[in-house]
Amino acid sequence: MAKNAKAVAAPAVQKKNTWMQIKRDKWMYALLIPGVLYFIIFHIIPLWGIFIAMKDYYAGVPFFKAEFVGFDNFVRFFCSAGFIRLLRNTLIISIMNIVFFFPLPIILALLLNEIKVQWYKKALQTLVYVPHFVSMVVIASITMMLLKSGATETSSGGAIYEMTKAISGHGETWMESKVAIYWVLLVQNMWKETGWGTIIFLAALAGVDVEQYEAAIVDGASRLQQLIYITVPAIMSTVVTMFILRMGSVLNTGFEQIILMQNDVNRSATETFDTYVYNIGRVEGNYGYSSAVGLFKSIVSLICIQASNRLAKHVGQEGLF
Amino acid sequence: MISIKRKTLGDIIMDVVVYVILTILAILMVIPFIYVVAASFSDEVFMAKTPMFLLPMKFTGSGVENHFSAAAYETVFTGTTSKQVIRSLFVSIGITVIGTMINLFFTATMAYGLSRKTLIGKKFMLNIVLFTMVFGGGMIPTFLLVRNLGMYDTYASLIIPGAISAYNMLIVRNFFIELPQGLEEAASIDGCTDIGIFVKIALPLSLPCLATFGLFYAVGHWNGYMTALLYLNDAKKYPFQLVLRNIITQTAQDQIEGQELPEETLKMAVIVIGTVPILCVYPFLQKHFAAGVMVGAIKG
Repeated sequence: MAKNAKAVAAPAVQKKNTWMQIKRDKWMYALLIPGVLYFIIFHIIPLWGIFIAMKDYYAGVPFFKAEFVGFDNFVRFFCSAGFIRLLRNTLIISIMNIVFFFPLPIILALLLNEIKVQWYKKALQTLVYVPHFVSMVVIASITMMLLKSGATETSSGGAIYEMTKAISGHGETWMESKVAIYWVLLVQNMWKETGWGTIIFLAALAGVDVEQYEAAIVDGASRLQQLIYITVPAIMSTVVTMFILRMGSVLNTGFEQIILMQNDVNRSATETFDTYVYNIGRVEGNYGYSSAVGLFKSIVSLICIQASNRLAKHVGQEGLF
Repeated sequence: MISIKRKTLGDIIMDVVVYVILTILAILMVIPFIYVVAASFSDEVFMAKTPMFLLPMKFTGSGVENHFSAAAYETVFTGTTSKQVIRSLFVSIGITVIGTMINLFFTATMAYGLSRKTLIGKKFMLNIVLFTMVFGGGMIPTFLLVRNLGMYDTYASLIIPGAISAYNMLIVRNFFIELPQGLEEAASIDGCTDIGIFVKIALPLSLPCLATFGLFYAVGHWNGYMTALLYLNDAKKYPFQLVLRNIITQTAQDQIEGQELPEETLKMAVIVIGTVPILCVYPFLQKHFAAGVMVGAIKG
């Protein structure tokens, strides 16, 4: 009987409790107002872009007068030659980064971990982190200085241009080449982000049990053996997680770096989804079509991230969320 | 523990290899910056003719000699582009200071609001934040929104649309969650409201954490290029990074159209000016991010 009565009374009590709780936390909700408003206005409302993407909406035409065209913008995009080109460029840049850039922070972290003189390790870390904090504009400017081609009477080429000229005999015009520009983007990214990328791996390395090394030393393991049999396996799970998550953002090639390195000559090789949206939408004012392109990229990215996150959890790692 | 540490030949070789590789790498990464600084203090003729050098120099009759001249910096602040440069520096400083304060206000209030485990609706709000991290309307819808809000071509467009970085907010929230519960309970028994606890207890205790994120936000504002490119139209309102970009990319075409080409040393000086503020706050930044503030933060 008593049990029954309790069960009947429960919903009413719960409702009252909920109300009491909200009342108790009223100042917490007050604190949340600016942040929640911000997310609604600047992150939820832009989702109306789904409707923009379905309209033939140009600069200079009022939004409500723009013709509703359904999925025409998407169809037009998929059927255009531009689509294959954008996909190709994006994938080339991204896959080059995964193959050549991804291992670097791991190797650098392993090397840094081998340095036992703490002040020297600190000093090296200080130096390799610097490029991450310098603005992309500065990085791009310095890169263009170093690659500058075309020596004249009064001026030489950039340092890297002169170096390759000395080695191969002919100067490579890096910024104007549709192939070399990919390597420029890759090495630039390596320069800027390798140091910073070590942080997560160094954190994993710091968690390795010291006793394992002591046991290995007693057993007569050399430093190299310790590295191969203790250190590398210890950070393998972090490496796998990072790799899977990196695969998830395969379409994200970054906007600033590419827009800053792009010029009229290399555009056909460097135009990616992000820069295309900017050039078509913001510069040319073709809002409907560019929103469709952006939306397509966002949806595919979302699927990739979800899939990679699932995969990370599936192989027994913690995902992003 | 073993008391005698014996190093085999293999270990020594490995040590040498590791030190050499790392030292070379670290030097390679900073050499471009050293070159730029050296170039900005060099003689224009020498700079134009020499692809790489690490100390400011000039040509003399027979060879080269050390040379130190701040002429390029003088031109930056007195030459034809000086008006533009000085104005953009003020714009960038203003955006950085005001923007960072707004960032911190929005980030801290929301992070604290979401730090109470029993708050009804917390889960829902967190899910919205996580969702916006992986999916958004995109560049153009956001641009149209900013324009419809009347922010286009105003300084507000550089500050408000990026008021909270979801990632930073979640890390600050974790910090608030880990504050000792006892303090808050004691204060609430003493009749302190949640806002009072936030201002008098949570904020002072998390000052180092907030200072770190303040620095990260500030660096972001100073380095910001994309938002200004998207939302500003009037060249007079440009922040420093855009002016820097324009000075660097002036070409022979502009010269034909009657504009004076900037000297190479002047370009270098402008790059240095764009970088120095970052290097000034860098030691403070580094103190904190190595301490694991940045790692493993996003957990509901």
